Amino acid sequence: MKIAVCISCVPDTTSKINFTKNNTEFNKEGIQFIINPNDEFGLTKAIFIKEQNQAEVIVVSVGESSIEPVLRKALAIGADSAVRIDNKAKDSICVAKNLSSYLAENKFDLIIMGKESADYNGGVVHGIVAENIGMQFVNACVGLEISDDSYIIEREMEGGTEKVKIKSPVIIAGQKGLVEEKDLKIPNMRGIMQARTKPLNVLESENFDFIQSIEFNKPSENKECVFIDEENVAELVKILNEKEKVL
Amino acid sequence: MKILVFAENWDGIFKKSSFEAVSYSRELAEQNNYELITLCFNNVSKEELNKLSKYGSSIVITTNPIHKVDSISMSKMISDITIENDIQLFVFSSTYSSKMFAPRLSAKLNSSIFTNVVQLPSSLNPLKLKKKVFSSKAFEIAKSSSEKNIIMLHPNSYGVKEFSSDLKLSEFTTESNTEIEIINIEKSSGKVNLSEADIVVSAGRGMKGPENWVLIEELANCLNAATACSKPVSDIGWRPHSEHVGQTGKTVAPNLYFAIGISGAIQHLAGVNSSKVMVAINTDPEASFFKAAHYGIVGDAFDVVPKLIEEIKNIKN
Repeated sequence: MKIAVCISCVPDTTSKINFTKNNTEFNKEGIQFIINPNDEFGLTKAIFIKEQNQAEVIVVSVGESSIEPVLRKALAIGADSAVRIDNKAKDSICVAKNLSSYLAENKFDLIIMGKESADYNGGVVHGIVAENIGMQFVNACVGLEISDDSYIIEREMEGGTEKVKIKSPVIIAGQKGLVEEKDLKIPNMRGIMQARTKPLNVLESENFDFIQSIEFNKPSENKECVFIDEENVAELVKILNEKEKVL
Repeated sequence: MKILVFAENWDGIFKKSSFEAVSYSRELAEQNNYELITLCFNNVSKEELNKLSKYGSSIVITTNPIHKVDSISMSKMISDITIENDIQLFVFSSTYSSKMFAPRLSAKLNSSIFTNVVQLPSSLNPLKLKKKVFSSKAFEIAKSSSEKNIIMLHPNSYGVKEFSSDLKLSEFTTESNTEIEIINIEKSSGKVNLSEADIVVSAGRGMKGPENWVLIEELANCLNAATACSKPVSDIGWRPHSEHVGQTGKTVAPNLYFAIGISGAIQHLAGVNSSKVMVAINTDPEASFFKAAHYGIVGDAFDVVPKLIEEIKNIKN
């Protein structure tokens, strides 16, 4: 069985977000990059499947050479090899089209992505790839089991969850719940040593011009918090009801 | 030029997000003299369809049933309607199903797709839109280079606006031979949907244990609010993952957000800071949530919340 895990490299979730070049670019200075949290659940799931079913796990990412330490971390966690598609990854469509070319040429039984990236929050790469390479696709997955030549997939939806059965191959987009937070794989020393010699292949890319970013701005800061005495809850309720009109 | 808006229904019932998408599209159509087509799939009663006309739907296309998880059939259906009607602009609310079929549709049509859009376009040619990025820590203005475009709205950003019109129904039938087998559906009973709730009551580790959520649920009930929680609370299993609000959970933008016993980590604030009014209740006066909140009470949730419930019941009666 062959599994592709597509990952995105994003700023650490504690990062302060600032922009540079006249608010046209994200300021990467001093930012620590990590595996996108939604993708990390998927990567751990793939490693679990590998441990039980002898699968080959390949991590794939679209990005510049600066993302290679993050790919090495994915290898240290347990992926067998990595592919970096060399591109600035300027928007979701560009990323999706480059991923599609690679994933169409190399047949996979299962492709795992994250529901969305923690930086630009697009959440469309998986669906575009699914269409381009003609595969079934399930988003917001919180459960995945293999059953012969099919997958039993549990997805989150409005007001509940739904379990479906789909024949292989399939693309799933994972999130928290696909594996539990406490079960997330952390690289150990042996993994880190092995990762140094695992293959990391760099592929050429194409550029596509669908969406151009013009500028970024940040929401205005709040005014000071108005403190209300704990003995005076009635006043708070009155403000919310009469002044803010939100009750 | 024609706009197609998808009015999603859940077991035959529209939700606020459906009306929000219709309101947004109607305003866009009115401002620019475009024709608006509303798409509605599966069996919806005439009475329910009439609700769409209150928000500006006039031409409504209804279709045969397709299961929402089947993104291949959903996107094919919309693409077939597009070919028949020559549509250039699409509006969807960001829901679980639209996040599956809309990207597929964009690949089919070779269109651009914009997610987490919060406002009407600032320009139409080229299309320029403002969207949320970095989990609501920032906004991005982006422009399209495509002829066809898909706009996906961030729920609770534009709001619903009434615009009365007459309904003209037509039907569209498409083939759907799905390879997806539905095994079961588990519904969380009768709760308010977190993503589009007007009021969210959220609590953190300050509640000390899952058994104390009765207090949070009672407050939520008397406000007709959705319940939510912080990341540590869902990690230790006090509450389901689906309630986790924050950078790695859900992003919400209600009119009123209560943060009870939540310290206010940067990742949590990112998921909630678009809320119109935020109220923090915490024993620690230094809790970082007080820096983001509009109103704050320094006090023990176990004292404050029962008083809050009582006062709210007073004004509701």
